[in-house]
Order: sequence, then structure tokens, then C-alpha cells
Amino acid sequence: MEKYILREMMTIAAAREIKNGDIVFGGTGISMLAAMAAKNINAPESVMFFETGAIDSKLDEIPLAVADSRVMYLAATNGGLFDAFTTMQNPITGRHVIGILGAAQIDLYGNLNTTVIGNYVKPKTRFSGSGGGCDVASFVPRCIIFMQQEKKRFVKKLDYLTSPGHLDGADGRRKTGLREGGPTVVITNMAVFRFDGLTKRMYLAGYYPGITVQQILENMEFAVDVSHAAEVAPPTPEELKILREKCDPQRLIL
Amino acid sequence: MNTKDDKVMALSDAIREYVKDGSHISIGGFTINRNPMAAIYEIIRQGIRDLYLYAHSNGQGADELIGGGCVSRLDIAYGGNGKYAATCIRFRKAVQEGTIRVEDYSNFQMCLRFMAGAMGMPFLPTVSSLGTDLLNVWGFSEEERARDPKMPNQKMIVMDNPFGGWMDTPKVVLVPAIQPDVTILHVQKADKQGTGRIHGLTFADVEQAKSAKHVILTCEELVDTAVLRRNPDQNNIPFIHVDAVVPVPHGALPTACYGYYDYDPACLLHYVKCAKDDDLHREYLRKFIHGTKDHEGFIALNGGRERLDRIKADPETGYAVNLARG
Repeated sequence: MEKYILREMMTIAAAREIKNGDIVFGGTGISMLAAMAAKNINAPESVMFFETGAIDSKLDEIPLAVADSRVMYLAATNGGLFDAFTTMQNPITGRHVIGILGAAQIDLYGNLNTTVIGNYVKPKTRFSGSGGGCDVASFVPRCIIFMQQEKKRFVKKLDYLTSPGHLDGADGRRKTGLREGGPTVVITNMAVFRFDGLTKRMYLAGYYPGITVQQILENMEFAVDVSHAAEVAPPTPEELKILREKCDPQRLIL
Repeated sequence: MNTKDDKVMALSDAIREYVKDGSHISIGGFTINRNPMAAIYEIIRQGIRDLYLYAHSNGQGADELIGGGCVSRLDIAYGGNGKYAATCIRFRKAVQEGTIRVEDYSNFQMCLRFMAGAMGMPFLPTVSSLGTDLLNVWGFSEEERARDPKMPNQKMIVMDNPFGGWMDTPKVVLVPAIQPDVTILHVQKADKQGTGRIHGLTFADVEQAKSAKHVILTCEELVDTAVLRRNPDQNNIPFIHVDAVVPVPHGALPTACYGYYDYDPACLLHYVKCAKDDDLHREYLRKFIHGTKDHEGFIALNGGRERLDRIKADPETGYAVNLARG
């Protein structure tokens, strides 16, 4: 088996979630790379689009921000923020969007904090804030969430709820007036989690080769069902080749 | 709003005329692209204080204004700068130390707020942020809002859809309009009357311009009115909104300007290094901003001609191909 690094495993795990016909909302870094990998490997008819307003950018080079001029080159259309977010709020197009998000903290129901640790007004640590994250999480039916597997990040209670997941569980989104959907998968440096169809609680779906279930649980503040967990298939040589040679040849993200 | 025929001004005059202590302002661009940096450095040079800044994702521009000590209050969706800063450094420091006060919104909400201002409506609806702390946690209290005539009385309001369940939407979040005293944009082309043309993504620049009482347009190139009017469908900023036109070549540097130049990785990395340390940052402000007369001076200290050549945009792609960006 070919050697690979963890970031490659994470990128490929996310890329496999993307299907033909999906409109992929990605941020920067690994989420953009996952969208590029999907397009080049398993979902050639997926469409990448950015909150800054570009649709189906060519991406000859990896953008370092969603406003990078590299997302503007040979895009189908260049618009603005209004175009991007209304595409996601629009019930016709929005139902096909899959969001890719990251966060400082996540809870059992996939709610995310990207704003503060500590008190809001005088925080211990201030993060970037919502950006388009809360919008995407509010609007679209499916989201991939990238996280570092750490106890301080998988918490029982968020310091601040920036982006809605399944809120308080089974009926949380509907009660609150949000569109159906929410996070579908959480991809970390150790594992893949999904959400129970009924309770909307996170459960362990997979662990990477060489990682034990115990290791994963030790890096979370809350317990999850592990009875469905299976080893995640490592990236294939074909997946790795495309990822390295076509998606990130300059090694800006990997 | 201004219908004068010739609005060309010097940058220092435009800033002095339209940006005052306590002004409510918004700036164009997005993270590392097309921020009106020359204007921002001039605001810092003039020592303008106590600004209320409305930002969606104005990474570099917002962070430098905050670091320059110009901002006291901030409505913001995203204080990050792509790969160069997961969280903008002076922004983070100022919030943690309590030297600026913040109200958080989402990017779409900020965009809708500018659009409401542009439309002359008090608010616009969305479903974004239902069930979140963006709605529930306020940086500025109702009492403070009641005291300040330039602030809406509420951060946001949730209401039942008054059209019943029309469009399958039971509830909506109303976000209040923004009407900045001045919006400052950097565009690729403008004429002396203030018609502006943005190449590439417009971000929320157009809504920001139309919501403001005054607009300062800095531009890469001042072009003849006749040239812009040959393709009016490509012009995005109507001159009636614009008060000042300031030609500033490389006026977005160190952020990018599509079709003209890329972002300047060396300058951005140097900024990151300085911003992380209070002493280095003070020295940065002293030398690079207060110590330079204008944007030309700033560029000369940041690698000058040689640097400009390195980041010059390739005419086909609009960015600098194979630029070392790490």
C-alpha cells in the first residue's frame, strides 16, 4: 500500500462525500482541496462555488482565500456575496449545495463555534467569526465538517453557537424554523463521524487505519455510539496520484 | 451622492473631507483582494479616531485600521485573512484586550444590511442564524442602542412569516439596514465623474456604495468618460453615488487587484510578523505608515519596483502565475 499523510486521508474522505450534481461550497485550505479532489476523481459533474460570488472556477492554481483572484479566472460567472448566498438560500438551487466547514468547537449535534472561547464581550480567545459559515449551515441540506480530534474541541457545551447543526436534536431545526438538513459528516485527523437519522446525535462511523476507537474517545469530551464503527478505506494510489499531481502540485495545502 | 462633473481629488483631501473622528464607515474588498489600502493607510496617517466600522470580511483592511488605533466599534462577519491569518491578528488582540467593541453578524447578513440601506428600507429578512448565538448574544445592549441615534434599536429580530407558511418558511430573521457616513472602494477603472468599473468579483462593493451618504472611489486608472460609456453594461458603480475620485496606482496593495496585480505575499507575511508583537507593530506603524508621505512611499519601502514586477498580473489569468505565496 502506498504511503500517505493524514491530511491526504482527510481530504479524500471528504471528497468521497461529494457526488455528481452537487454544488460545493468550500472555504480555503483543506476544504477547497477536498472539493478539487472530488471534481477530479469521483464527481466530475460537481460544481465548486465560493461565497465571494464565483461559480465553477477553473482553479489552475490553488487560491489562498475565497477572494483570491485565482477563483475569478475562467469562472462561469463572477458575481458578489449577494449572488452566492441567495443561491444557497434559494430552495431550488440550495437543495443541491453541500457545504464544507471547520470550527474551533463542535458539540454532539454538530453545532459549531467559530467565534470565541470564554465570554463574548471579553473573550479568552477570539476567532474569525461566522463569515459565511452560519449562512451555509442555516440554508443547505448537507455539510461536511473538518475538525481536529481534541478534547477541547469536541465539547459538551459550546462557548458560543455560531453555526447551527441539529441544534438540540431530533426536531431541533424544524422547531426553530431552519431548513431541513444540517451536518452530515465530521471528518477529523483520526475518524469519521455521522449523525443518527432519528436522534441526530453524532456517532462514530469510521476510524483510520492504525487508530483505535479508544484513542478517539479519549480525545472527546462527550461519549458517542461506537457500535457502527469500521475502518475507513485508505486513499487508493489513483486517488493519491490525482490529489498530489493535479490538485496541489505546489504543496500549498498538503 | 453628488452630480458634479469632476470629482478628482488628492487622497489626503478626500479622507480629510469625508472621514471624521466618530464617522461610521465601510470599506470594499474581501480578505486579501481589492481592499482600499492606500485610503486606509491615509486614515491611519491622519490619526482619525473612534470610527464605527461595518465589515463583512475585510481582512487586511479591517485589521490595519484596527491596529492603527482608528476603530472603536465594529460590526463584523469575518475577521480572518485566508492563509495569512486564520484570525486577523490585531483584530483578535483588540477584542481580547477590550480596546474595540464588536457585534457579530454573518456575511450574508452584512450584505443584506448594506442592501437594505441601499434600498432605503429599515431591514431585510433571511432565515440565516435562527437558533444561534448570532441572534441571542449582543455586543451592544438595547440601552446603548437607544442612546445612539446612529444605531438600530435591536441587533436582529425574529418574527413569524407574516405571509403564513409561504415559501415553506415559518420564521424570518430581520437584519437592520446600514447607512455608512462614507464607503471607500478601490476599483480598477473610474472616470472623473465617478463612474466605476470593477473587474472580477464585486464582493459587496456595489451595495456598500449605494448604502452610503458619501463614497470615495480610489482607482488604478483614471479613464475618459467616453471610454467607460462605450460599454456601460460593464460599469458597476453609478457616478451619482460618488463624491471623490482618487487615482492611486497599486492602491489595493498589499491586497490584490484582479487583472492588475496579485497580493504581495512578502508584504503580507511581514505584516503578520509585526502584528503579532506589540513593539514590532508599533515600529511598523511608525516606519511604514506614519513615516511615509503617501502610498508611493509605502510601496517604495515594501520592495519598490522589483516587488511590483514580481506580483504584476499575467494578462491572461489576472494574477501572477507561479508566484511564491507561502
